[in-house]
Amino acid sequence: MAVKNIMIVGVGGQGTLLTSRILGGLATLGGYDVKLSEVHGMAQRGGSVVTFVRYGEKVAEPIVEEGQADVIIAFERLEALRYAHFLKKEGALIVNDWRIDPMPVVIGAAEYPEGILETLKKEHKVYVVNATEESKKLGNPRVFNLIVLGAAAQHMDFSKEQWYEVIEKTVPQKTIEINKKAFDVGYHL
Amino acid sequence: MAETNKVIMLGNEAIARGAYEAGVKVSAAYPGTPSTEISEYLVQYKDSLYCEWSPNEKVATEVAVGASIAGTRAMACMKHVGFNVAADPAYSVSYMGVNGGLVIVVADDPGLYSSQNEQDTRMVARAAKLPVLEPSDSAEAKEYMKLAFELSEKFDRPFVYRTTTRLAHSQGIVELNDRQEIPDKEYIKNIQKTVMMPGNAKVRHAEIEKRHEELAEEANTLPVNRVEMNDTKIGIITSGIPYQYVKEALPEASVLKLGMVNPLPKKLIGDFASKVERLYIVEELDPVIEEQVRSWGIEVTGKEIFTLQGEYSANMLREAILKETLALKAPAKAPGRPPILCPGCPHRSVYYVLNKLKLHAAGDIGCYTLGAVAPLSVVDTTMCMGSSISTLHGMEKAKGKEYIKDWVAVIGDSTFLHTGVNSLMNMAYNHGTGTVLILDNSTTGMTGHQDHAATGKTLQGDPAYAVDIPVLCKALGVKNVAEVNAFDIAALEKTVKEEIEKDEASVIITKSPCVLLSKAKKPLYTAHRDKCKKCGMCMKPGCPAMTKGADGTVRIDDTMCTGCGLCESLCKFSAIERVKEGER
Repeated sequence: MAVKNIMIVGVGGQGTLLTSRILGGLATLGGYDVKLSEVHGMAQRGGSVVTFVRYGEKVAEPIVEEGQADVIIAFERLEALRYAHFLKKEGALIVNDWRIDPMPVVIGAAEYPEGILETLKKEHKVYVVNATEESKKLGNPRVFNLIVLGAAAQHMDFSKEQWYEVIEKTVPQKTIEINKKAFDVGYHL
Repeated sequence: MAETNKVIMLGNEAIARGAYEAGVKVSAAYPGTPSTEISEYLVQYKDSLYCEWSPNEKVATEVAVGASIAGTRAMACMKHVGFNVAADPAYSVSYMGVNGGLVIVVADDPGLYSSQNEQDTRMVARAAKLPVLEPSDSAEAKEYMKLAFELSEKFDRPFVYRTTTRLAHSQGIVELNDRQEIPDKEYIKNIQKTVMMPGNAKVRHAEIEKRHEELAEEANTLPVNRVEMNDTKIGIITSGIPYQYVKEALPEASVLKLGMVNPLPKKLIGDFASKVERLYIVEELDPVIEEQVRSWGIEVTGKEIFTLQGEYSANMLREAILKETLALKAPAKAPGRPPILCPGCPHRSVYYVLNKLKLHAAGDIGCYTLGAVAPLSVVDTTMCMGSSISTLHGMEKAKGKEYIKDWVAVIGDSTFLHTGVNSLMNMAYNHGTGTVLILDNSTTGMTGHQDHAATGKTLQGDPAYAVDIPVLCKALGVKNVAEVNAFDIAALEKTVKEEIEKDEASVIITKSPCVLLSKAKKPLYTAHRDKCKKCGMCMKPGCPAMTKGADGTVRIDDTMCTGCGLCESLCKFSAIERVKEGER
């Protein structure tokens, strides 16, 4: 199998490291060679954060090059816009319909772009998920990223049972059920 | 237990695992991105080894040297700039050699993800005559740790083990092995080797030059220096993470992959060069390999087509070597998202007060460096760990005490204990009158909450004496030491004004734990649109949980709010209110 290139983009603090652990676990479970690259440290303090996941028969570099992403999972609209040019022509862009203003916007030094989703839809296959709202319905706004992953699962190479197995192994014991429920919500959207 | 299963591991986790399998008995470190997680993963093996957070990298290295002299395998871990702090012991232990194997793990940061400079550790190691190993993925990260200890003992040399951010924070498949139980070496008193006074050091210098030559000879046949012969039109010498970019972009090329980057295998490189039509050297940062190879009269292409800055990529190599024109889309225009202080961060409250008083701050290294950017815009200088206090002192000595009446120094608790203590001692000793704010959030924040000598807990989780920072400041000779809650803005403003006026050194300790350690149930605060007068006061500190709606009234994002109450204390119209316990 050709190497599959996945990116997870979002804002530092949104839980991209947890989702990258889940994807890493899945690729390992699927028997693939896998490499992931993450951002720790200063960039995690509310900055723009990107995680690269690559799996396949043999993976060399741990990053996804521009123009080569099969799937981009975006936890926030502006971050979807920022990294959309990494997508392949036929790549899928899964976007959580959520806005977090960066500091230049908060202090009035820049404008948050209008109509991001419409702009992206002109050039890419875009799948919009209202995960933050859906997660509030589940009673835990922090599991929104599992909802986004559920929606992205359609574009990857793993069975639902494999997702469940890895979620069980990765998230804290107490939150296994709600995380699986959140995954289901996204999976059936 | 025979573990042979394959697992996925972060580079830093693999380094920790490698140290464990290599039979390391002692490890000391100071947190620094991208090296921090090594110790955090190592602590899981505390039944088999000892590991600690030391107050700084110099101390950590000396602890490791002591353990090596005593005959056990030992290591110290740090980021690249930490290696500068450790330079003093590193240069001299290079002369001393080892008893038990000794490895100094140093993590570089090409691309400056979380650092103040982009220095190349290979240069420092060369200057110190220290041999260097460099892995290129998690699997090698583990194996090279074991090799580093073997070579360290075989050649009686401390080894530098160099990583970069991309390796440290990438995950890959690793095959686990059992721990090797390495018998301790006997300690035999030998002051010619362990007392570096001139007469001894002179002899040792000659000795290590000889050892370095022997190691350079061994490098020619060392399996980690590997030739992958392929098409001979293009030959590439590379090491570390750039090797992966080479394999991705140029799978047809012949490659000499160096696992040991100091000293270099001269004969192996000469042979390889003679077999390829055009030789490239692909190395991030400085032309360390390139300059040496060129000095041997070998024709190479290197930094004239590759940058000295930042990280490389496969696309970059396709363009530079293969002259491919890649049809890449331009990135969309999007406002930047720089890192910021977290919602509820106690530093924001302190900076709000300093900004209100129109003060300049000599800053330091930590989360609070982010006080340099708008809207807080308080920090004027940031250079290196512990420098805030001494920089302010230098300004005063240049221009007089009146000149620094609108200046303070700001430094975090962990940074203060790292190297700020010496600077404060100097200020008190040399009649400085500066005002120093120690932003005490009871942890090492930026690197992800590591304990230190004032938190009351060790890396291994044992309770420990917590340094009494106010008492320490007094003992250093500072008479004026005040403690204020970081969120009490009225008290903080009053204290800062009073202490600046004094013609003596002052320390103000602003106390409030790092907000990321809080687990308060949400939502915590809400903004009432009917009461909001759109005055913008609550927005001044730049809290990311607060936004303005289309009508100009304020909204609080209840997934981000941590309940610090700073906005409530700034609102004059009672439009911001704490959500009652029962309504959460």
